[in-house]
Parts: sequence; C-alpha cells; structure tokens
Amino acid sequence: MSTALDKLFALVARLSSFIILVILIAVFAILFKEALPAIQAFGIKFITNTRWAPNMDIFGGLPAIYGSVMSTLIAMLLATPVAMGVAIFLTEIAPKFLKGPVGTAIEMLAAIPSIIYGMWGLFFFAPIIRDYVGGNGLGLLTAGIVLAIMVLPFMAAITRDAMNTTPDVLKESAYALGATKFDVIKDVVFPYAKAGILGSIILALGRAVGETMAVTFVMGNAHKIPKHIYDPATSIPVTLANEFTEADSDLYYASLFYLALILFVMSFVFIAAAKFYFFRKIRSAK
Amino acid sequence: MNKRKLINALIMTLSTLSALVGLVFLFWILWTLFSKGLHAMGLNIFIYDTAPPGAKETGLRNALVGHLILVAVACAIGIPFGIMAGTYLSEFGKNSRYANFIRDLSDVMMSAPSIVIGAFVYAIMVAPVGHFSGWAGAVALAIMMIPIVLRTTDDMLNLVPQTLREAAYALGAPKYKVTMQIVYRGAKVGMVTGILLAIARIAGETAPLLFTSFNNNFFSTNLNDAMASLTVTMFNFATSPYDDWINLGWAAAFILGAFVLFVNIIGRMIIKKRGRR
Amino acid sequence: MATICEVTEPREIDIQNFSFYYAGSEKPALKNISLPVAKNRVTALIGPSGCGKSTLLRSLNRIHDLYPGNRYEGKIMFEGQNILDKKIDLIALRIKIGMIFQKPTPFPMSIFDNVAYGLRLQGIRNRSELQDRVEEALKGAALWNEVKDRLKDDANALSGGQQQRLCIARAVAVKPKVLLFDEPTSALDPISTQAVEELVIELKEQMTIVIVTHNMQQAARVSDYTAFMYLGELIELGKTEEFFINPKEKLSEDYITGKFG
Repeated sequence: MSTALDKLFALVARLSSFIILVILIAVFAILFKEALPAIQAFGIKFITNTRWAPNMDIFGGLPAIYGSVMSTLIAMLLATPVAMGVAIFLTEIAPKFLKGPVGTAIEMLAAIPSIIYGMWGLFFFAPIIRDYVGGNGLGLLTAGIVLAIMVLPFMAAITRDAMNTTPDVLKESAYALGATKFDVIKDVVFPYAKAGILGSIILALGRAVGETMAVTFVMGNAHKIPKHIYDPATSIPVTLANEFTEADSDLYYASLFYLALILFVMSFVFIAAAKFYFFRKIRSAK
Repeated sequence: MNKRKLINALIMTLSTLSALVGLVFLFWILWTLFSKGLHAMGLNIFIYDTAPPGAKETGLRNALVGHLILVAVACAIGIPFGIMAGTYLSEFGKNSRYANFIRDLSDVMMSAPSIVIGAFVYAIMVAPVGHFSGWAGAVALAIMMIPIVLRTTDDMLNLVPQTLREAAYALGAPKYKVTMQIVYRGAKVGMVTGILLAIARIAGETAPLLFTSFNNNFFSTNLNDAMASLTVTMFNFATSPYDDWINLGWAAAFILGAFVLFVNIIGRMIIKKRGRR
Repeated sequence: MATICEVTEPREIDIQNFSFYYAGSEKPALKNISLPVAKNRVTALIGPSGCGKSTLLRSLNRIHDLYPGNRYEGKIMFEGQNILDKKIDLIALRIKIGMIFQKPTPFPMSIFDNVAYGLRLQGIRNRSELQDRVEEALKGAALWNEVKDRLKDDANALSGGQQQRLCIARAVAVKPKVLLFDEPTSALDPISTQAVEELVIELKEQMTIVIVTHNMQQAARVSDYTAFMYLGELIELGKTEEFFINPKEKLSEDYITGKFG
C-alpha cells in the first residue's frame, strides 16, 4: 500500500512540476496564434512602423516599443546609481542602528503594489513635471521617473544582499593595506559581488520593461514618438491596458497580441541574460 | 594619498545623499498613501457597493469581496500546484537537468510581464466564452503565484537537513510520509512565510485582472461573471474626473497598501522569531 | 585476507563477500568484506576516516538506496534472507534494523510525538498503548525522568545529549532486532557520551548492536567484538579484549598503538 501511495505522490509531484513547462509553452503558442493575423498583415515591419490608426486598420508597433525602451532607459539611468548609493550606504556607511530600520523600510517599499506608485505619480508627481519641466505632466519623462522610483527599492535590496556576501576577511585585508572605504568597495566588494549586482540590474530592467500599472497612469497614451522627453507617449503595457477591451476589429486585436508577444520575448531575453550572470556566479563560487 | 581620501569622501557623501533622496521619495509615497487613504476611509467603504459619482451611499464592498474571492480561488489553485512542483524539485529532481530546467523556466515565469499573462488568459478563457469571468481572473493570478510558491518550497525544503530525512527512512517510513510528516514540518515556518508573501504579491496585481475578471459595479460572488476587484476599481476610479471616485480610489489604495505591509511585517516577524531559537 | 576470530554466538547478520560502489564510481568503496555480527552483542567498527566503516554500517539498512546509482555486490544475510535482494521490502527491513546518527536528529515535533512517530508509522493509533510504549522507550533510553513532565514540549528544546537519547528512544520504541549507531557521541559532551555508552551496553540484552566509532577507547569500553577496517577493506575482527591487547594483524597493531590514523 505504501509503495502505491509513494508512486502516486511522486507522480503528482512530477506532473505539477511539468505544469510550468506547459504554461510557458502555452503562453508562447497562444500569443503567437492570436498575433498571427497581424504578423501576416504587417510582417516584421510592424516593429518599425510608427503609424497606429485603428480606424483605418493600420497598426505599427514602433511608438509603443520606443516608449517601452525609452521609459525603461530613463528609469534605469536614474535608478541604478541611486540604488548603488543606497546599497553602499546600507552596507558600508550607515551606523548599526540605522542599517536595520532603513533596510527594512526599503524592503517594505519594494513590496508595495505598483499601482500605488502609479496613482501617486498621477496626482503628485505629474503636476511637478508640468510646472517645472513642461508639457502637461503626462509623458515619457514622468513615466520614466515613476518607474525609477518603483524599481529603486527592489534593486537596492538585491544589490545590498549581493554586497553583503563579501567575506569580512577580504575587506579587512584591503583596509589593512591602507585602503579607503571607496577603495574597498571599488576593488573588493564590487568585483566580488559583480555577478549579483549585474543580475539585480537586469532583473530590475525586466521588471521595468514589463511594468504596467506604474506607468499607465502617467504615460499620456499618445501613439506617436514624442518630440520632447516630457511629451505624452505610450508603451507596450500601456497600450495593452488601455486598448485591449476596445479592440473592435480582428486586426486591432491581433496587433495588440503582436505587441504582447514582443514584450514577452523582450522580458524573456532579459531574464535569460540575468540567469546567465547568476549562473556564472554560482559556477565561479564553486 | 590626499586625492584618494578626497574621492572617498566624495563618493561616501554621494551615497549617503542618494540614500536620502531615495528615502525621501519613498516616504513621500507612503505618506501620501496614508494621509489620502485614511482621509477617505470610513464605515461606508465596507457596507456600500461602488455607486455612480455623486451618490451618497457609496463604498467598496463589492470590490473588497470580489478581491477576496479572486485571491482565495487563485490560492486554492496556485498553492497546491506550487508546493507539489517545489516538492518535486527538492525531493525527487534534485540537481537533475530536468529539475534545473524547470527552475530556470519558473524564474522566467516569475518575471514575465503580468499584463502578458492577462492577455494569455483572455485568449484562452474569456474570448472563447465571450464574457469576462472571475474564474479567468483567478487563473491569471494563480499562474503568477505558482512559480513564486514553487521557488519558496524548493528553497525551504532544501534547508531541511538530509540527516532528518535519513532518520525518518531509518524508522521505516515511506517517502511520501517522510516528505509530508517530517520535511514539510521542518520547513513549515519558511513555507508559510513564503506563501504569505506570495499572497501579498498577487493581491496587489492589477494588470492580469484588467481583461479577465474585468470589473463589476454590483455586488457579485458569481465566478462565472465579471467580478470587481480593489485594484481594477482603483484604476478606473483614479483615472476618472470625479472627486468622490478618486477618494474611493485612495481608500482602495490604502486598504491594499496596509494589507501588503501588514503581511510583510508578519512574515518578517515569523522569520526573526525562528532565527532567535 | 582478513583475520576473523571465531564467533561462538548465533549470528544475527552475516556479511559475505560484500562490495559497495558509490554512484558514478568504478572503484569500490568497500572491497569484498566478510563479517559475522553476533546476536545480542555489540560489534564496533573502527578505523581511520575514510576507511569505509560508516559506508558499511549504512549498507546494513540500505540507507544508501536513497541516492540513486549506488551499487552493492555480495550478500548480507539477515533472518535467512539476503537483504541486498531487489525484492526486499526496505520499509519492513528498516523497522527491524534501526539507526542512530552522528548528530541528533529530533523531528520538528513534540518529545512524545518523536518517540511515537515510528509506532504510528506501524499503524498503532490507540492512545493508551502509544503512551505505554513511549514511556517504556523513554525509560529504556534513560530519559524518562528528565522529560516526563514536558512530553508536549518541542524536541528541539532538549540539550544535545538529551536529543541523542531521544533518538535512541525513538529507535528503540519500535523494538528493532538490530540497532546501528553511526558515531553517536561525536557531537556530545563527555557526560552525555557516558550516558549513551551505558545505554548501548544495556540495550544489547534486547537487541544486536553495531556501532561505528572513531574513538578506540569507546570501542574498548562498549563492544564485545571489534572490527578494524582500512581503505575499504576489513583487516581484522577480534574479540574486543583480545583485539586491543593482542592484535593479529600488523596494520591493526599500528592503528591501536597510534602509528597512523
């Protein structure tokens, strides 16, 4: 009896693990199938076409792709140095009584749902951009900054953890040679934790590219390549969130799935890259 | 020498400043959430359903109940699958190629854009039947949940010392009993914490629900019908031009944020308590 | 060929031409070992680290089978059957041959539930029977007086020495015929060690004991037979008092006089 139950248990466990593979393949297959009419109609040129005119059944993905890339780029350019600074502060500068509470606060903020960041961006941050930078406050720049604030705690927390793995003896032996804190960080901690830090940046990048709610509020939803950085724009998730339930023609619907497929592939590539770095770290640690 | 000291002082100052700037922004958001949210809270939130702008008796009851149902159903689907799959990786697959492949895939899934998962579920569960449904929303959330629970289970079971398993086998226990009675018990605290955090994570999701469970202005517990959720309601109300709706949006944001922070603090306390022993 | 003394008592276990290969290794970890284990006696396995004494011990309840790819050759006879046989029910075998590990392995449950675990596995549900058997086992492991007022407490709250005696009680509760000890005192303080050693001597009234130890004095104190192993081979089996005074093999002599290891 127990052997039969043992076999059943093993089988159920194995099938459950298999479901991951099934879902992933299904997502790819379904996105591709639903996007097929648009792929056939527009081909690869979809990616470079800037015109998005639902009323004429003309769809080009470039504005959304451009918006995704640019908002992510702005977010990463702003968030990376600040996150590194926060991580350095938490590991090497902060006095003991601050390390715990500040670290915890950062982790808590990483857990806050992104829609709350988006709402804050719409009501509090967009007006500041409007008044001090230009435009109506909704656009690429606002979206990029809100994204940066959203990924900041996540990136800082992982970077701090990676930096914390540096053995104290290594740091001490550098200090013993007369190194300054910055020398130790630059020559010992960063090289030691490089893989983890790069991995955290790429993971944050993946998050920023696929993020919907933090940017949908503040992007402005304009299907064109913006003239100024503060002008309204769109991105793939924003387009999907705003237009999915409005798609009234088959080609419209298929074009949205084409965008979803492109987004999925993009995030897949980022994760694969991050895994590659983590993988190298694990191998070199052995 | 002096130059090195100067650079050091500069970088340390910049780091402290950036930490300060980061924290200022983050606390600004928290403060907004609490001040705006608390201001909008009231008994009405819990006893009335969402109503047209200007209505006197308006609240979030339908969204709260809908959200609870969606998350509960997602848990009922996602947690068993995630635990069993994680058990497979840790107790059966171990370091085999297949097991590592599944680990990689689950990491990919964990970082897949949630709106893409929503589109996927729309294509398989909404488009074929022609209407939005609570089931579709719950499935979308469950798909997001499985890889998180899988990873937690895998990690936590791996922390259970191998000798504990051997000791149970040495008493003549079959594998399923060793796993369920000894290994799960040994990993219980970590697994519960991980699952709590997974629940907090999916409870804050909006994008997978936008075109699966959609929204419903009326109270409904019918999973075959469109279902209101806190997050989608928040999105719709916050982008509306009506002040009372925007207020309700803040109330929803407050409830959601408070829940997520609460669960995270609980999880942290559980881990700390275990660490002391 | 190893020197094997005469074993006058009935044999509980008879190891015959036994070899063992770890997964993926062509080199045997144990080479052609033949060793009788006397019933109701304590047999100690000694030798320098890596000599294969633990590997041999872990073959006797086939705990090696948890890890795929490990391979046995030869025979280990127990109750008239070769336990290396593919058809052997490992669960039934492990109920009869219990094991105590190097470090205490209390399960994450109460003291009572730990001791009752093996009994429950065998389907004993009756509350009063469980209580009686748990009490008996805890008394047998000389732990009863220390824990009788806190049976509901978490087993992890016990001290290391108490945990190890709890594990012995857990193993004894199911009344095995053979009890295997894998360096049971290496993680314990001297006083706890003494308690466990006394227990080993008492327990041989009821069961056969095989103990692996890296401590020669311990082997001399507790065992009736001592088997010395070196580089995966059995060098000598002797009656303990004879073995330590007058070893037959040069290697054994070198080892007990501290020339190596």
